[in-house]
Amino acid sequence: MEIIMSVAIGFLFMAAVYLILSKSLIRIIIGTGLLSHGAHLLILTMGGLGGTAPPVVADGVQITDYVDPLPQALILTAIVISFAVTSFFLVLAYRAYQELGTDDMNLMRGIEDRD
Amino acid sequence: MINLLLFPVIIPMLFGTILLFFPKNIRMQRIIAACGVAITFIAGLFLLAAVKTNGLQAVTLGSWDAPFGISMVSDLFSVLLVLTATLITLFVIFYSFQTIGFEREQSYYYPAVLFLLTGVNGAFTTGDIFNLFVFFEVLLMSSYMLIVHGGEKPQLRETIKYLLVNIISSALFVAAVAYLYSVTGTLNMADLAVKIPQIQETGILTVIAVLFLVVFGFKASIFPLYFWLPGSYYAPPIPVLALFGALLTKVGVYAITRTYTLFFTMNIEVTHELLAIIAILTILAGCIGALAYFDVKKIIIYNIIIAVGVILFGVSQMNGAGVEGAIFYLIHDMLIKAALFFLVGIIAVLFGTTNLREMGGLIKTYPLLGWTYLLAAFGLAGIPPLSGFPGKLLIVQGGFEGPNFWGSLVILATSLLVLLSVIRIFIYAFWGPPVKTIPINKSAYNQMFIPSLLLVIITVFVGVGAELFMPLISGAGEVLLNPSIYIDAVLKE
Repeated sequence: MEIIMSVAIGFLFMAAVYLILSKSLIRIIIGTGLLSHGAHLLILTMGGLGGTAPPVVADGVQITDYVDPLPQALILTAIVISFAVTSFFLVLAYRAYQELGTDDMNLMRGIEDRD
Repeated sequence: MINLLLFPVIIPMLFGTILLFFPKNIRMQRIIAACGVAITFIAGLFLLAAVKTNGLQAVTLGSWDAPFGISMVSDLFSVLLVLTATLITLFVIFYSFQTIGFEREQSYYYPAVLFLLTGVNGAFTTGDIFNLFVFFEVLLMSSYMLIVHGGEKPQLRETIKYLLVNIISSALFVAAVAYLYSVTGTLNMADLAVKIPQIQETGILTVIAVLFLVVFGFKASIFPLYFWLPGSYYAPPIPVLALFGALLTKVGVYAITRTYTLFFTMNIEVTHELLAIIAILTILAGCIGALAYFDVKKIIIYNIIIAVGVILFGVSQMNGAGVEGAIFYLIHDMLIKAALFFLVGIIAVLFGTTNLREMGGLIKTYPLLGWTYLLAAFGLAGIPPLSGFPGKLLIVQGGFEGPNFWGSLVILATSLLVLLSVIRIFIYAFWGPPVKTIPINKSAYNQMFIPSLLLVIITVFVGVGAELFMPLISGAGEVLLNPSIYIDAVLKE
């Protein structure tokens, strides 16, 4: 199971890198979304996919049957952080589109260099 | 007072939250922001006294045992950095009164500065690798807000790049933590330092160590990963730039230092050799940039990159002199970079441009500014009685003691280039035929100049009184070189 997940995460990372390297800003933001999905699934996978019961204490469940609760807590934290950053990025992209009138990264070259 | 080490994190957060309620009342914003940071500084001084007398302070939140809860750890290294960061933030707030402008002050400028300080102090104090990620995000979120604050076109353009680079490095950080967790099964730094030496297969750990170097290298702007820094730091106004230049990259340097001295020590021939080579390349890349530009902000920005290289070369040597020198140079560099950005900011305001070729003759009208700048420039280059000297001396000595004497030679040679790059600003801006300056209100000028002067005086004091600080520095170096002190204090075995 971990192998399948690793391959899937690899594809997510590949797609993310491809999108981030593109010209259009909105494709780049979609790429960052895929990148964080990949990272979050990676935590889940690297924590081990063993265990059958959800990490909630219940009667009649062996201690070994619980899923590792720590990666889930880490993912929850990472999800809200990336959610906040993504919403900031989307508003920034909108504002930049209004002010600069383009979403093409090639046209957003750096500040005019004073040699 | 077991919770004393949390105060530098909690106090700025508390004051930042209070400031959110009355954004339009500028006078109150200024007073409360300055008071908050001043109280943080005093709490930091108490913490320094406690760490100095009782040794390393550690607390695990919520009365859990050490590897299971989140540990906060304050050794001399982190408490010195917390103090320096807080002091610089205080001066940045004073400098902002005149330079940042009313509109920015009315839209949550000071809360953002205080939340940035929360993140920086938290990152210096934490003893948990995932908590370090969270504090990184706290300071990065504040920095995104500060860098775009005001919404000018260059700021919008550069913020997109800054944001993108940091999102990628944060995702890599999460991935690196995931790998480390799968190999060791723990996130607590002290527990990691116990578990990592027990693992036989060092190959995978070396890979993770290099991945962490990439992650923190993005933040610290080391050689191949520094490309985002010159553009991004050019966009925001001077006080924000001073804050970023002094604090943000140094958090990355701290994180590299902490991980590479505490637990990634299983394969020093590969990881630390790589770090030394990258550090030297960082210095060279920074020197090329610092000499190439005729723009005062760009020159100092590239000097940030040079200093990161010098500090990391000291860290990579893993001997007493190298590590102590790195700590001293880190503290010196935070102070001197803030001071230089302040002074350069005044020069840019006086001429109304940052282009060196349109400047000249300032020494006739503003002699004190000129001599202060010269002092700061000499301090940066490491002229003996000033603060850049002891740190660089120890780093060079560390290189000669280890196998990397060639690195020490490069550092000595590039010191001349650093001196050249900052003296060029002095020659162009202060010598030559006077160029018409923008008339500036006397009290406004003083409000910009006095914080800069005080900061330069502090750096001179750090340099001249190096003997006073050396016990603290060597105490900090001792903890870095003997991780067992750290492990025993946190896990309380």
